[in-house]
Amino acid sequence: MSVTEPQTPPLPTPLADSAPDKGGPAQPLLIVRDLQKYFPVRGGILGGKKAVVQAVDGVSFEVRKGETLGIVGESGCGKSTTARLLIGLLEKDSGEIIYDGQDLGGALSLRDLRRGVQMVFQDSYASLNPRLTIEDSIAFGARIQGLSDPVGRARKLMDRVGLAPDRFAQRYPHEVSGGQRQRINIARALAMSPRLVVLDEAVSALDKSVEAQVLNLLADLRREFGLTYIFISHDLNVVRYISDRILVMYLGEVVEIAPVDDIWSSQAHPYTKSLFSAMPSMDPDNRTKEPPLAGDPPNPINPPPGCRFHTRCRFVDSVCKTKVPALRPLTAGGQHMAACHLHDLGSGHKLAGKDVLS
Amino acid sequence: MTAIDPLDMPVTEAGKGYWSGVGARLIRDPLTLICMSVIALLILSAIFAPWLGLGDPYKGSMIARLKPIGTPGHILGTDEQGRDMLARLIYGGRLTLFIGLTPVVLAFFIGGTLGIVAGYAGGWVNTLIMRTVDVFFAFPSVLLAIAISGALGAGIVNSLVSLTIVFIPPLTRVAEAVTSGVRALDYIDAARASGASALTVIRVHVIGNVLSPIFVYATSLTSVCMILAAGLSFLGIGVRPPEPEWGLMLNTLRSAIYVNPWLSALPGLMIFITSLCLNLLSDGVRSAMNVRD
Repeated sequence: MSVTEPQTPPLPTPLADSAPDKGGPAQPLLIVRDLQKYFPVRGGILGGKKAVVQAVDGVSFEVRKGETLGIVGESGCGKSTTARLLIGLLEKDSGEIIYDGQDLGGALSLRDLRRGVQMVFQDSYASLNPRLTIEDSIAFGARIQGLSDPVGRARKLMDRVGLAPDRFAQRYPHEVSGGQRQRINIARALAMSPRLVVLDEAVSALDKSVEAQVLNLLADLRREFGLTYIFISHDLNVVRYISDRILVMYLGEVVEIAPVDDIWSSQAHPYTKSLFSAMPSMDPDNRTKEPPLAGDPPNPINPPPGCRFHTRCRFVDSVCKTKVPALRPLTAGGQHMAACHLHDLGSGHKLAGKDVLS
Repeated sequence: MTAIDPLDMPVTEAGKGYWSGVGARLIRDPLTLICMSVIALLILSAIFAPWLGLGDPYKGSMIARLKPIGTPGHILGTDEQGRDMLARLIYGGRLTLFIGLTPVVLAFFIGGTLGIVAGYAGGWVNTLIMRTVDVFFAFPSVLLAIAISGALGAGIVNSLVSLTIVFIPPLTRVAEAVTSGVRALDYIDAARASGASALTVIRVHVIGNVLSPIFVYATSLTSVCMILAAGLSFLGIGVRPPEPEWGLMLNTLRSAIYVNPWLSALPGLMIFITSLCLNLLSDGVRSAMNVRD
């Protein structure tokens, strides 16, 4: 993956008509507290509620202004549900979403939130209306939000993401390649001048060379417009390249959150550890000989009690089966946080504090 | 981007709208064009029937009954009351096409709207609409049309109403199925995430993508509708004699089948040609409306 050498960055210029900053630089752009979303499973003749899928259960994190937060985890761990909750495509059951100091549902309306937060989807084809020209697709949001000159804005952004407006504006999505479609999706998200962009597996479906181009484009755009990203992916290398901090999810819960270098050098949660050791190495001497993690994640309809990871954890102890570990900093006031009894001396875990992970 | 860009070629379809593209594809399809001309010819001759110099479709003659095809003065012969068949067939097209098309057009708008609303809204709205529609599926369509027509009484307006009611459920179901498929796609989510209201999302992003399957299905229903309408007339609960209408003519000429079989098959032939052309036309329109070909 070619990495563009970061030159001395010019001062970021927010996108035209971007909503003004309210909370100041110290205020995190997004605070999520105890976010919860359960999906009912209906069945039977009367469609009664039979069970609930605990898709997102008590997720809390912050996204600072100008940073990129990477979210990783297995399929079905609640990454995409979290993303959809953040842009209001799904309604949260409980918890708080605070955007730039304003509470969603309180001081902040859903419409205002959508002005500030936009999303790029994984499936570049399904995320573009096949009946609209590229220009119309990009201009749609700006038109809805009542921004000035939607078409001019669309053409300018097309140019910025590397698609010549004269050649592409009147084309239809099926006439361009996957990488180009994803550029269109990025331009479409930026057309509403958001400050936070949620990238849900935005580069996962692209082939490697195109993926690198799009990643570099995203990094450039972030610098140029002072954007904040939430970058959801299952590809750890990609997440490492673009993120400042990484959040690891397992079965609807946050298990670890840390700055990218910290988590890369030492993973504090056994799940994160196995996730990282599952990464293929470039060195043939460093082969992975045994699967780092066996089996599938348990069913989120009936998640295991206590620590949700205890069914697959190598260090499982009796306390893990009963008590839910809290997400807490490894060192007092530190940025590296994990939810594991191993790091809590008072938890009663027989290996607590023994440093068994490294 | 590499030096060789596959997209750096002459832009052929750029700058043209979607519908002009559909038109261009239709012109390259001879079968569809032929069917379209046949339908147009039928409709035009029905509209301009009084000016075509035909005989009086109501004027019978006791001596000129059941003349065979090719009789001088009566190119297609005469029916059991000595009325000119050509005039009756062309005049009959007026009522037949009107009764065949109107219910489908009405049902297209009503059923399409219901289906799109049900498919987009989901939840209890969907359940309410679709379960109501399901009730109608319990009856075979012919039986349902006969039952409603019978209950309302014979007459053209009542047959139109009953046929419309018969065609709303299938169109609702098709519209609902296509809409809920489209509803699940990311571009609908993206449009919602940009803050657009449900009505705007439906108008800009849903209708264009669901219309062609619903439209094509409706086109294929017109032939069914014509046959059903003819059936109602045949049974005597649609059009009343002496009005010329293909289904009714088929009924009255039925008794002449042993005397002059070719003559009595003529109204059926008209129904056959019209519904065949409508079906082929709907197939052609469907492939022309498909952007990805």
